[in-house]
Amino acid sequence: MKTPDVTATLGDGKLQLAIYSATARLADRRREVVSLEAMPDYQQLRQHAHDIKKHTLDHLDYYLEQLERNIEARGGKVIWAKDGAEACAFIQKLARERGVKVIVKSKSMTTEEIHLNEHLEAGGIEAVETDLGEYILQLSGEKPFHIIAPALHKTIGDVSNIFERHLHSQPETSPEALTKIARIALREKFLEAGMGITGANFLVADSGAIVLVENEGNARLSSTAPKIHVAVSGIEKIIPRAQDLAVFLKLLARSATGQPLSVYTSFLAAVPGEFYLVLLDNGRTRLLADESKRQSLYCIRCGACLNNCPVYRKIGGYNYPWVYSGPIGKILTPQFMGIEHDPWLPFASSLCGACGEVCPVKIEIPRILLELRSNKVSSSPDNVELWSFKVWAWVMKHPKIYAKLASAALAAAPTDKDSFFAVGPLKNWLSQRDLPVPPAKSFRELWKKRSK
Amino acid sequence: MTSRDQILSSARAALNRRAGDSIPPPPPVLLREGPKELLIEQFKKALEALAGKVVVVKTPAEAEVAIDNALNGRTFIRSPHEPTAATEVGITSADYALADTGSLVIFEPTLLSLLPPCHIAVIKESQIVASLDDVFRLRPLPGSMVVITGPSRTADIEMRLVRGVHGPGEIHVIIIEDVTHSDSNTSHHL
Repeated sequence: MKTPDVTATLGDGKLQLAIYSATARLADRRREVVSLEAMPDYQQLRQHAHDIKKHTLDHLDYYLEQLERNIEARGGKVIWAKDGAEACAFIQKLARERGVKVIVKSKSMTTEEIHLNEHLEAGGIEAVETDLGEYILQLSGEKPFHIIAPALHKTIGDVSNIFERHLHSQPETSPEALTKIARIALREKFLEAGMGITGANFLVADSGAIVLVENEGNARLSSTAPKIHVAVSGIEKIIPRAQDLAVFLKLLARSATGQPLSVYTSFLAAVPGEFYLVLLDNGRTRLLADESKRQSLYCIRCGACLNNCPVYRKIGGYNYPWVYSGPIGKILTPQFMGIEHDPWLPFASSLCGACGEVCPVKIEIPRILLELRSNKVSSSPDNVELWSFKVWAWVMKHPKIYAKLASAALAAAPTDKDSFFAVGPLKNWLSQRDLPVPPAKSFRELWKKRSK
Repeated sequence: MTSRDQILSSARAALNRRAGDSIPPPPPVLLREGPKELLIEQFKKALEALAGKVVVVKTPAEAEVAIDNALNGRTFIRSPHEPTAATEVGITSADYALADTGSLVIFEPTLLSLLPPCHIAVIKESQIVASLDDVFRLRPLPGSMVVITGPSRTADIEMRLVRGVHGPGEIHVIIIEDVTHSDSNTSHHL
């Protein structure tokens, strides 16, 4: 992942426009299709989806075992992986044993999380991303910028250049022509590939099924064209019954892109070829133990919280420390990787609450952000901050002293922050904040004068 | 201890559960009741909004004419045969069609509805149901199923809509009328 550089992102006008317009469009479309007129039972569905996820995660061991029994009953295999290394090692070994040289992959945040492509390539196996956006980024050596619109920061010109460089195609100026170039190049890979790797949007316990939701058709091709299909999924993607999809499918595409349904929804319970489901823990059971934040695992990866976040919409996807960006990334990263990994991440929020409001499974992201802040402060208290607040609290409780200090502060206050705080730690703090010039008279003074 | 046992035991420790513990019933299944009338009109409107083409005919013979019109001289393969790389059009049926979203539901789908650049589906009016909820009332569900909602599409380049990425960019649905509308007890086979 690129080194975060917020200042560069903020200063790049083209990039700012790309982020702003893409997220605005996705957010607007969502708002339209979940409006009261378009979907009168939307709030009921959200609550129901939340309740189903809560029930499932609260009894996760039961449903995982049920899923495993049902997948094995139809001839598939379940591989349990404690972490990314175990998941990658299994897939690499399987590919080697079956003589697989080329693997086609469809978009999966879980495989991004475990750096599967890098592992496969190190083992001499070509893993090709087949979602158009992911393919563009794989060629240019970048990571997804957004959960559902991975290449939203690339212009038509950028894509044309990338294809010219890596596929030796002619320069093109239309998305149609560029899409055709990718379709032709990838069609060859699909026919050549010995294995297809997908993620899973849902794991259905009672049917032993995985569900894939997509618009392009590459997940359908990846899961059915090659002889071997490997699905990689976090253990939290499970739902009890196929019937529960009726609730989740109504919410997922609407929240993501504003479509009533994505183009292809594949329900795969019995597939003719070899099938493996890699069930990944990688920090999830640790998160499960925290009852008040357990709901972080309800996420169905729709991206609505990113599109509606005032912070994501300015800084984009590359300034977050891990693969999951936006508000959901802010609560998943410290919980998966440990709070010490990025202690300040939960503080990078205005707590406006938009993320919680648009979440289709009602994850209380703002509350969880506050709890993570509190965890950080209690695990490694900042003494300067602690004592500052203690002193402040004492002064606030003593009105006479407060009044004296306030008028003294008024007299001493600078009118020009640059000259007064030109040195020391305050300079950095003020470099991104405004220091308002205090008024000539304090409120207390004005009040006294008025009462006379 | 295997990874399986470790994951299951850390999950149980986190949830304060023991192996073999029972669970309370999950929240009830929530399926919507949809309309039973005007399904053709709704289906047509929904699929046409996604740039799909819909033709309604009265007899199988008329359906053949409609297929010819849609083919417009292109090479085609009919199910159950598999397409080749050169096949221009795949002709299939569908098990259900969804009125609210303009979707086709195909059980045990093959590459014929996916690889060729154009897909023609021929269905009977009685196969149209109100929404996916009606399909989820079926028990058991088939081993595999795909719900196809319009042509394959992407907006990955500058958010501009392009049809026909890996799947067909063109979809035609030919509906053969077989429901007597004067009868108020319209029977669907669900």
